[in-house]
Amino acid sequence: MLRFIVRRLLQLVPILLGLSVLLFAWLRALPGGPAQAALGERATPEAIARYNELFGLDQPIWVQYLRFLGRAVRLDFGTSSRTGRTVTTEFLERMPGTVELTLFAMVFAIGVGIPLGYLAARRHGSWLDSGAVIGSLLGVAIPVFFLAYLLRLLFAVELGWLPGSGRQEVRIDATHITNFYVLDGLLTREWDAAWDALLHLVLPGIALGTIPLAIIVRITRASVLDVVNEDYVRTANAKGLSADTVRRRHVIRNALLPVSTTIGLQTGLLLSGAVLTETVFAFGGVGSAIYDAIFTRDFAVLQGFILMLAVVYVLVNLLVDISYGLLDPRVRVR
Amino acid sequence: MSIEALPPEGALRTDVPVLEVEDLSVTFARRGEQPTRAVDGVSFSVAAGETIGLVGESGCGKSVTSLAVMGLLPRRGVQVGGSVRLGGTELLGAPDRTLRRLRGSEMAMVFQDPLSSLNPTVPIGTQVTEVLVEHRDMGKKEAAAEAAELLDRVGIPDPARRLKEYPHQLSGGMRQRALIAMALACSPRLLIADEPTTALDVTIQAQILELLRELVVDTGTALVMITHDLGVVAGLCDRVHVMYAGKVIETADRYDLFARPRQPYTGGLLASVPRLDAGRGVPLTPIRGSARDAIPWAEGCAFAPRCDNAQDDCLTEVAGSTVPLEYDGPGRELRCRHPLTYPSSPVGATASGAGR
Repeated sequence: MLRFIVRRLLQLVPILLGLSVLLFAWLRALPGGPAQAALGERATPEAIARYNELFGLDQPIWVQYLRFLGRAVRLDFGTSSRTGRTVTTEFLERMPGTVELTLFAMVFAIGVGIPLGYLAARRHGSWLDSGAVIGSLLGVAIPVFFLAYLLRLLFAVELGWLPGSGRQEVRIDATHITNFYVLDGLLTREWDAAWDALLHLVLPGIALGTIPLAIIVRITRASVLDVVNEDYVRTANAKGLSADTVRRRHVIRNALLPVSTTIGLQTGLLLSGAVLTETVFAFGGVGSAIYDAIFTRDFAVLQGFILMLAVVYVLVNLLVDISYGLLDPRVRVR
Repeated sequence: MSIEALPPEGALRTDVPVLEVEDLSVTFARRGEQPTRAVDGVSFSVAAGETIGLVGESGCGKSVTSLAVMGLLPRRGVQVGGSVRLGGTELLGAPDRTLRRLRGSEMAMVFQDPLSSLNPTVPIGTQVTEVLVEHRDMGKKEAAAEAAELLDRVGIPDPARRLKEYPHQLSGGMRQRALIAMALACSPRLLIADEPTTALDVTIQAQILELLRELVVDTGTALVMITHDLGVVAGLCDRVHVMYAGKVIETADRYDLFARPRQPYTGGLLASVPRLDAGRGVPLTPIRGSARDAIPWAEGCAFAPRCDNAQDDCLTEVAGSTVPLEYDGPGRELRCRHPLTYPSSPVGATASGAGR
């Protein structure tokens, strides 16, 4: 097991090296070079020269790359040209928001998706089944930003039921320890702050959770329909087990195997930042940070965030693979 | 070992055959499709300690018959008619709760493919103990001890270790033994084995058959063997029912059947078994065509299109003139208008001269 984890972590090295080359090359390939891109088209040659000297861009390209790599290894991605703070600080402040949002979205998607998919399969061919199939098709088909915008317009702007922007009301003077706002509220016993942060997760979380929800419903339904026809379910029935035991031990557990893969993949995707949703809800996560960085040509932030998100994505996938072994003894690694 | 099934409420009678199947019919009717009658008017009975064989090619309805007896056919789109009585208790139309109480405790089944018949994500131990917990009100510890004993009884070495393992960690023969252990857990009065050896190596096949035979001898369980393998029939069954296209076409005890098959289909089955004593290069004699060539029974005899003995009166233009299953000497029944005959053998003797 340990060897498996170490091997997987070692696989990170080539992935990150490749990604760093890409990111490095991309910045150098911008028209006019990074200086021109950062300072704008009307920058004077002197300004460009000073910029290049300041950031070491006048050095040979391989020196530049090695320096970049050397700093990256120490998690030093430079400072944001927009806020003047280090990229790592920015990331540590933004990532918790995205993590909270992802967790909310996935809890919503799993909590609704698995029971709905299961019921649809149990009542195969009923109106509930057809409704679930059509609904999940809609869920995948609706563009997320459109749904996010609709939700915000209806529930935040028109009805005013839920907050429609930010991570927390500014007037709540909350203490932040971990930057997980809900967790912070709980840790400091500022219940209203925690509740407010949670409410801020609802609309973006639902918008973000719609696609995973739709996928989970479809996969759960198809998987249950498959499993109930398996020979071992017939064996379980032949043993005279109660209908409940057959369902719990022999149907649901096996039916969830493919669902767990999906859940892992979707979680990884959401964690890498929901640029559109976070932007619509002005939610301070990595997605909106990337959006801002693109528009303000904050290349240091872009480079650093993308590299660190790649690490997060690979780690999440590793977790998924490990948990899969817990569910299915056949793929358990020894 | 003291395994005694708890008598269920409304206990089963012992003065009647363990299983009586009468005029069983199973029809699959999917919406928008022509209904298919998979089993049609099948009757047989099994007494305690008796082994009967249901023999036929794939698709002849033998497995569907067993599933109908166990009440394991899907409810939707399936019509089951006739009567199935276990110890005098009618099973057809019985409520789901009653069936679940009887299944696993009074009647059990062993399936064809041991790997797919075991849950891949649940340890063998749990799959054995859950029967004990369900039907014999055992606690977990007690059930685990009993499960180890059961595995030992079906010849699985190191049972304590095996209980913790998963199906994919066991060999094919051990998986089938584990399935048999589950079926035996409550000493059922009826055991149905649906091609239990088809997926196994020949050496393992022999061991499994021996295990089943011992079981019948030791516990007096009534055994229904479903098979296409005439070797299994010869080694195990007291009486044999040959099925074709959903109907029983010949019934006889095994010696009569092997010595003097009357239905040309039975004769064909026997002739198509490769023989060791045949000279090399002597071609096998298969039955021509396939089971799909069957015509509806309502038009005479379903086997007629493949039969060498078939004559005009085997095929009738008039619907509803099915060839009937009729008395054919003591202990024999036959559904055939032009059976194989054995002119040289006087009544009571056998064609091949093999002693009974």
